[in-house]
Amino acid sequence: MSDEVRKGEVVLEVEDLSVGFPTPDGLVQAVNGVSFSVSSGQTLGIVGESGSGKSVTASTIMGLTNQKSANVLGSIKVGGIDILRADEPTVRGLRGQEMAMVFQDPMSALNPYYTVGNQIGEAYAVHHPGCTKKERREIALGMLNKVGIPNPIQRIDEYPHQFSGGMRQRIVIAIALVNNPRLLIADEPTTALDVTVQAQILELMKSLQQEFGSAIILITHDLGVVAEAVDDVMVMYAGRSMEKASVTTLFDNPSHPYTRGLMGAVRSLDHSSRGSLHTIPGSPPSLISLPSGCSFRPRCDLAASLGDTCSLKVPSMRRVEPIGSLSACHLDDQQLVNLTKKNFAS
Amino acid sequence: MSSEVILEAIDVIKHFPTGARGLLQRTTGTVKAVDGVSLQIYTGQTLGIVGESGCGKSTLARVLMRLLEPSAGSVKLQGEDITHIHGQHLRKVRSQMQMVFQDPIASLNPRHSVGEIISTPLKFLEGHHAGSDKARVQELMNLVGLNPEHYNRYPHEFSGGQRQRIGIARAIAVNPKIIVADEPVSALDVSIQAQILNLLEKLQADFGLSYVFIAHDLSVVRHIADQVAVMYLGKIVEIGSPEDVYGITAHPYTKALMSAVPVANPRIAANRHRIVLTGDVPSPVNPPSGCRFRTRCPKAQELCAQDEPLLLDRGHGHPVACHFPD
Ligand SMILES: Nc1ncnc2c1ncn2[C@@H]1O[C@H](COP(=O)(O)OP(=O)(O)OP(=O)(O)O)[C@@H](O)[C@H]1O
Ligand SMILES: Nc1ncnc2c1ncn2[C@@H]1O[C@H](COP(=O)(O)OP(=O)(O)OP(=O)(O)O)[C@@H](O)[C@H]1O
Ligand code: SF4
Ligand code: SF4
Ligand SMILES: [Mg+2]
Ligand SMILES: [Mg+2]
Repeated sequence: MSDEVRKGEVVLEVEDLSVGFPTPDGLVQAVNGVSFSVSSGQTLGIVGESGSGKSVTASTIMGLTNQKSANVLGSIKVGGIDILRADEPTVRGLRGQEMAMVFQDPMSALNPYYTVGNQIGEAYAVHHPGCTKKERREIALGMLNKVGIPNPIQRIDEYPHQFSGGMRQRIVIAIALVNNPRLLIADEPTTALDVTVQAQILELMKSLQQEFGSAIILITHDLGVVAEAVDDVMVMYAGRSMEKASVTTLFDNPSHPYTRGLMGAVRSLDHSSRGSLHTIPGSPPSLISLPSGCSFRPRCDLAASLGDTCSLKVPSMRRVEPIGSLSACHLDDQQLVNLTKKNFAS
Repeated sequence: MSSEVILEAIDVIKHFPTGARGLLQRTTGTVKAVDGVSLQIYTGQTLGIVGESGCGKSTLARVLMRLLEPSAGSVKLQGEDITHIHGQHLRKVRSQMQMVFQDPIASLNPRHSVGEIISTPLKFLEGHHAGSDKARVQELMNLVGLNPEHYNRYPHEFSGGQRQRIGIARAIAVNPKIIVADEPVSALDVSIQAQILNLLEKLQADFGLSYVFIAHDLSVVRHIADQVAVMYLGKIVEIGSPEDVYGITAHPYTKALMSAVPVANPRIAANRHRIVLTGDVPSPVNPPSGCRFRTRCPKAQELCAQDEPLLLDRGHGHPVACHFPD
């Protein structure tokens, strides 16, 4: 099985992206040389430890990271335009129309002083100058309906604080989807939703994809959602991409030691009803002073088997045969495959 | 259950006026967010609450914390009626309860550093010494897996999951008796989620803490709860031990909920049977007559539109509000 299933043309191409935030304590290297691409019709899942750089990657793609206050390197091409070098009006023109994002924190994405109907209608009007007030309202009603807000006619004129957490999240989703973007980045879009509404939102995104061939990036820590909704997965750790694989390959044969730790934690929650849960020992490294070599090294129980290698060299991404995934680890193919067999034979 | 009741809700109702605010517009109805809920939280135990988005979980949590005054019914803390208390008295009662809010960023003051945010509740403790705050805050940051060196950073400099943990550190800072946690681990990756759940369980074992734990992740709730309440449109439809609610599921809504849980396995995910709820999603402004779930219930019959099913033990060993349970 090929790991980068190409469904259509490349919509987004990220190359060697690094984002660092200068702080009084030093430079926080939030994203550290990440490359990936997404094609139309494809859904890429991004998973990884809290604080590993998923949201920063996403907002930089959207052109929302201030390049004056942050150090941004590499390139981000959306439909051929380099977001990092284009002028502000060009990026603003792309945002909302070509590309849209569902933010992790729904409340911060909504304006508390405008009704939800106005906010959805406005998002539409920005890219449809000349549309009438009535059209806007109809579009907003339709979107509220699509994202499953009961009784939209009654609720369209209400303010964000009058909605529950999950409803606000659905309103943010409605705003992102209103212009049928070619690239949708959804950052934890279903975290505040119960499983039935979650299924409905994932369906909605899928149907957008089928209808308009959109490319989707789904950032989530919920591996159940990953298993159900994405084609390919990128695993991030401390600002770096550790593993890339098709979803079935990743679940059948997680090759990178960090990915295996992550999977172990899921299994432990699914199987134990009581008692201590499995965690990855240790804590994430400081992004101001990353460990030398592989950033997972201080928590990796396999590093010792390679002598000094893991602390001397940053592992680069390479294909692991015969599994077919891309993995950034110094262990050789045979060692990685053996590990896979040992713990994940089903 | 052997241990004693610490917090109790009796027929709690909370309605909100709906429609646009503003001088010229009248309200157009009432959102029946919580509509007759009774439950007990036992000392040293955990009540898990699950249910559809918008069914009233956060509202119920705010009423239990007395951040909201209920429209009717009462709330008792250790037998004392706290439904309508105010001012000094309310502040005193509240110091025993802490809440972890669903929306981390909205609940953290953007102009305060994390150190200030976490140490704020410490200032209200008896015998408080400002000098020891920093050490205590850094200890708490460590416990929830935040880097203590980030003491002086501001909320916007943290990731979503890190902000969620700031809220948790603030809640456990003052050793409260009760913590009401609204989706406390929803933004965390599984490993850190496990770390937080282990921490909450350890605090419970060491200090006899009681929790109300709201989450949409059913495996998290099963893991942590002693009692699970399933809510639908302002009411509890099924309540019992996790073994009962997950094992001998009796309510059709609970069944549908269980079947929709995503499975972390792409092969199983592709082939499993999911109960898809069809029919109109009712509004809490005018809930359906009789059973509120009937517009979407695969088992609904005529009786369901006429009589509201009461929350009773119907032979399953735990209460269920359904005329025709499984
Ligand atoms: N403006 C900023 N200044 C300094 N550090 C920042 C800033 N924004 C983010 N960071 C840091 O960068 C790292 C990556 O953050 P990011 O929000 O991308 O994480 P994430 O992978 O989305 O995590 P989560 O799963 O918790 O949402 C974090 O350690 C965070 O503290
Ligand atoms: N201040 C308010 N004014 C008007 N309506 C409100 C207010 N707060 C909540 N509601 C309404 O009450 C109902 C219940 O909301 P609540 O936030 O309790 O739901 P929830 O179960 O926590 O949902 P979620 O899982 O999405 O967080 C919703 O219909 C919501 O719109
Ligand atoms: S490179 Fe070394 S430290 Fe990093 S994951 Fe592989 S074995 Fe572990
Ligand atoms: S009472 Fe009737 S409608 Fe309600 S859950 Fe039971 S069978 Fe379904
Ligand atoms: Mg994030
Ligand atoms: Mg809520």
